Formats: sequence, structure tokens, C-alpha cells
Amino acid sequence: MGEILEIFLSASFWAAVIRIASPLIFATMGELICERAGVLNLGIEGIMVVGAFAGWMTVYSGGGLWTGVMVAMFAGMLFGLLHGTLTVPFGLSQHVVGLGITLLATASAYFAYRLALPRVTTPPRIEAFQPLPIPVLSDIPLIGPALFTQTPLTYLAFVLVGVVSFVLFRTPLGLALRAAGENPAAVAAQGLSVTALRMGAVMVGSGLMAVGGAFLTMSAFNSFFFEMVNGRGWICIALVVFGAWMPGKALLGAVLFGMFDALQIRLQQTSIGADVPYQIFLMMPFVLSILALVIMSRRASVPAALMVPFNKGER
Amino acid sequence: MRLEVIARPSVWRMIGFPATALVLTVVFGSALALLAGANPFQTLGLILRGAAGSQFALLETLNRATPLIFTGLAVAVAFRAKLWNIGAEAQLYAGALMAVLLGTGALGWPSGLLLPAMAGAAMLAGALVLLGPAILKTRLGVDEVVTTLLFNFIMLLFISMLLEGPLKDPMGMGWPQSSRLVPEARLPRIVDGLRLHWGFGLALIAAVLVWVIQSRTTLGYEMRAVGQNKQAAEFAGIPVGRVILKTALLSGGLAALAGFSEVAGLRGNLTLDLSPGFGYTGIIVAMLALLNPIGVVISAIFVAGVFVGADSMSRAAGVPTYIANIMLATALLTMVLAIALTRFRVRWD
Repeated sequence: MGEILEIFLSASFWAAVIRIASPLIFATMGELICERAGVLNLGIEGIMVVGAFAGWMTVYSGGGLWTGVMVAMFAGMLFGLLHGTLTVPFGLSQHVVGLGITLLATASAYFAYRLALPRVTTPPRIEAFQPLPIPVLSDIPLIGPALFTQTPLTYLAFVLVGVVSFVLFRTPLGLALRAAGENPAAVAAQGLSVTALRMGAVMVGSGLMAVGGAFLTMSAFNSFFFEMVNGRGWICIALVVFGAWMPGKALLGAVLFGMFDALQIRLQQTSIGADVPYQIFLMMPFVLSILALVIMSRRASVPAALMVPFNKGER
Repeated sequence: MRLEVIARPSVWRMIGFPATALVLTVVFGSALALLAGANPFQTLGLILRGAAGSQFALLETLNRATPLIFTGLAVAVAFRAKLWNIGAEAQLYAGALMAVLLGTGALGWPSGLLLPAMAGAAMLAGALVLLGPAILKTRLGVDEVVTTLLFNFIMLLFISMLLEGPLKDPMGMGWPQSSRLVPEARLPRIVDGLRLHWGFGLALIAAVLVWVIQSRTTLGYEMRAVGQNKQAAEFAGIPVGRVILKTALLSGGLAALAGFSEVAGLRGNLTLDLSPGFGYTGIIVAMLALLNPIGVVISAIFVAGVFVGADSMSRAAGVPTYIANIMLATALLTMVLAIALTRFRVRWD
């Protein structure tokens, strides 16, 4: 037990928690925006791969770090445009289109990577985002290194949660967006375009998912390799449910998740890790996600029109 | 814009849109080949030749199609009842695991008993793997898309654990792989000397059986009814929950047969790279076949041909083999759109 207590008291542990949570926060906010407007975006996993690749590739070929983030976001929005076009005006199955987008996006990123670097076995590294300690605050013991000695993208992730929350619940646009996910007919009756609202949500959401992917290559691993997203997108979908479609609760979920993930990595190096196969630790994030879904299943706060296509003039 | 249902679509509409989708896919594939600095015609020719240009190529394609028929059927059965089983990958590995558990010498039975036992155990394991998410769906309303997806990762890690632990081949030079199956546990080849194994025959039989179940039995009728309108099915007295659970058992069992057939027919042991995403590709197969079990066979052979052809093209022309995945994803997306456009007219007002 002493070993575990030691882990919880170390500043590097809490720094890792926030670092692991950051990409999930971006992608979870992206998915949350889509679902609030009534569109389930299963393209998330592939869009994260595209974002990871686009951001890394931009920097690798000489672009600036923030340019990389913008390129990643733009690439994500392009796939969002495709997803939105097929699912919103054409009303195609969001399951099938989403999985199709994930396949298309993942394969496109891998294809482009192989084109750019045909015979590379060790993925090249880039000069990624460096931690940016915030004066004074970063000197607080334990909290300082964890919260205030992170890379700029992490700060951005936390700011984003506030922005999403504000826009969704304090602005007319947010009201219209949420209404599009609850009662699209009412939105149309107000003279607003459900199609435009949903398309916009899917594009912005997809852009955020891509930034989440870009975090992996530009602020965590500093290189691009196959299978690097490794189910994080699916976990974000579970986090949206866990957070009951509320940005703040979803953030809490992402941080909790980061805590378990950071803990399992460290447990592997303790005496417990010597007895238990490492795969058990790696399974924990996925098992926890399923458990979270089961626990939260009783709270029926799903947007009422999630996955229901809206066709103007149809009753 | 809005969509207007066409009461009676013309034949041109029914053929024109899907054909356009295929043309678009080929055009897009050619553009990718150009992008990679290769001649598009040569690239497509090489894919075609690599998939069906020789007896060897054709048999390779059919071998590759075998697991895809099983996973495609699994997806088709489930999607028909609107049970979104994205976990065929996990069920496949559950089947492969049972094949290895029973087939590496634990049972000293003759082939005629051992192979059916392995297949049966595989189906049972796959069915149970999907039963979990299905029960969560019917009892607690937990979305099965996410749970089945997450199960894929859990299962792969579980297999990895077994392959580095109790199932590790002592003769495997330290590689994470299982011991080899005993000769009695191997699926024989259909024709002596040709590389096509009986897994393919089994897949064809499965497709016909699924077709019979879907179109000639009460269960098939109930599955369709639940898929089309759950409330109406419930109102008509169909036990919706139980139908979904039965669908899950059937779907999981079918996907598991892919694992059994790959281990017993092709590989002879279990490794972590047994399936390069057969479970996920099964979704493309099923959708291209419009969820029709006989269509699944044709579309699985087509999809397998694209993969096998792209592999051989990639070696010759240097275009990354991921072009196959891109083209198949494009085919999937354009095809679902084309099918919708045969039934709806777009109105701009």
C-alpha cells in the first residue's frame, strides 16, 4: 500500500494525469458538440489519426507548431464536412458513415505517411511543444507541477471546456444547437436551419477531435506511428456518456480516466506489477470505460434527437 | 434541401447510382495512384492481376475472402436487427482461442469429432462474447457500439496475455504464439495440392444457412421486424429483447467461425496478427452486400480481391498498400449514398 501512496504523493504522477487527459479533453469536447446537435460522430477515431498525422507532418516539413495545430484542425473539419454532408442533409446511417469515415481517415493518414516516408522504420521526431511554466502558480507544491507546468495545448484544452460550456448554455447559438439535438422541428419552426446548425457542429467538433489527435504527436510522443491513437477516440465517446453530455462533467471524466491510466503505468513498476501481467493494466482503461457506461446508463439524459435525421417538411 | 421519397424508383435509378459509386471509387483510386507517382491504369491493372490474374492469385483471394464471409455474415445478421455489432474482431479471436484450446492435443479425438467440437466451442465462445454487450443493451440501455468496440481492445490484450503466459509455445523461440494444432485438428484442403481450405466451403454453407434463417424462419422474420420498427414489433407481440439476444448469439457465433477457420484452415496456430481487422472489414462487406447473406459472399470475394491485389501491386509499383483501405472506405461511403439516392429525390427549395 505504501507504494501506491507514494505514487499519489508524487508531483510527476499528477502532471502525467493532466497530460494523459489533455488529448481526451479536446476530442471529448468535439464529440460532445456533435452529439448535443444530434449527430453521433463515430469518425472520431480516424479523425484523431488524421489530426495526429497532419499536425506532425506540418512541423516535420518545416511549419510552425501553431500552424501544425491549425492544419490538423482544418483537416479534421474537412472530414467533418464529409461526415456532416452524408449524415445531415442526406440522413444516412450515422453508424455506417462514422465507421466509414474512421476507415477512410485512418487509411488516408497511413497512406500519406508512407508516401512521405517510404522506408522509415524508426518514426522521426519533431521539436514539439515544450512545457510552459506559469509564473508564481507553478511554484505551488504538487499542484504547480501538475496544473501549471504543462504545454500550451493543455492550457488550451482547459480553456476550451469553459468556452464550450459558455457557448452551449449562455448564448443563443448554444440554445439553438442544443435544441437541434433535442427537438429539431421546433428549431425549424423558429426559422433556423437545422441542417446548418448540425453541419456546423459536426465540422467544429471534428476539428477539435483532430486537435486532440495532434496533441499526441505534438505534445506527447513527438512522432507519428501506426496505431498510435489506439482506441482513444472510442474512449472519448464513452466519456461523453459518462459526463452526461455536460462539458464540466466530461472534463472530470477525462481527468479521472487520466488518473487511472497514469496509475496503471506506475503500478507496472511496483511489486504488484511484477506479479500481474502488464496486459491486465493495459486493459483497465477499456474496462473502466465500459463500467462507466454501465453506471451512467440509468441517467437518461441523452439528447432526444441523437441519431435521428431531420428532413424538413416530413412529419 | 430536403429529401422526397420516390414511390417507384426507375430501373435507371436503381442501376445508375450504384454504378456511379463504383466508378467514383475507381476514379478516386486512380487519383491516389497518380499522387503516389504511379501510372493509374498500370496500378489498377496490377491490382486486378494480383487478385485474379492466375490460379494462385484467385485461390489466395478466396482464402482471404473466407474470414470476411464469416465476419460479413455476422455483421449482416446483427445490423438487420439494428444490433450494432462492431465487435466481430473480438468474437473472431474468441473463436480462434477455442480452436487452439481444443486442437493442440487436449482432445485425442479423430478429425470427424474434433473439428465439429472445435467449431462448436468457437461459436459458443463468440456468442458469449457478444451476449455481454447485448444484455447490457436490452437490460440497461447501454449503447452496444461503444461496448463492442471497447471489447475488441480488451480481447486482443487478453489473447496477448495468454500467448505470453499459459498458451505460449515452448518451441516458439520466445515468440508470443501458441503451439501448433495437431494434424487431426486441421481443416483439409478442398482439392489436394491447391491452397484453398474447407473453411471456404464452410463459409458458403453458413451463408446459405443464414439466408434460410432470415427468409424462411420465424426468427428471421422477427429479426427483420425488430430492425425495421422496434415499437411496432413490440406492439405485435414480438419479444424484442429476446430476439436481440438471439441475434447476438448468432452474430457472435458466425464471427467466431472466422477465427476457427483461420486457425484450423490457414495458420495452424494462434498469433496476435491473426486478423488484420477482419472484424472491421466485415462491416464494409456487409454494407456493400446490402446485408444480404448471399450478397455477402460476392462482396467478401470482391473486398478480399482488392486487398490481395493491392498487396501484390504495392510490391510491384510501390504505391502504399493502404490504397486498398482508402478505396474500400470510399466504396462504402459512396455506396450508402447511392443506395439512398435510389430511394429519395433531392429537392432544392
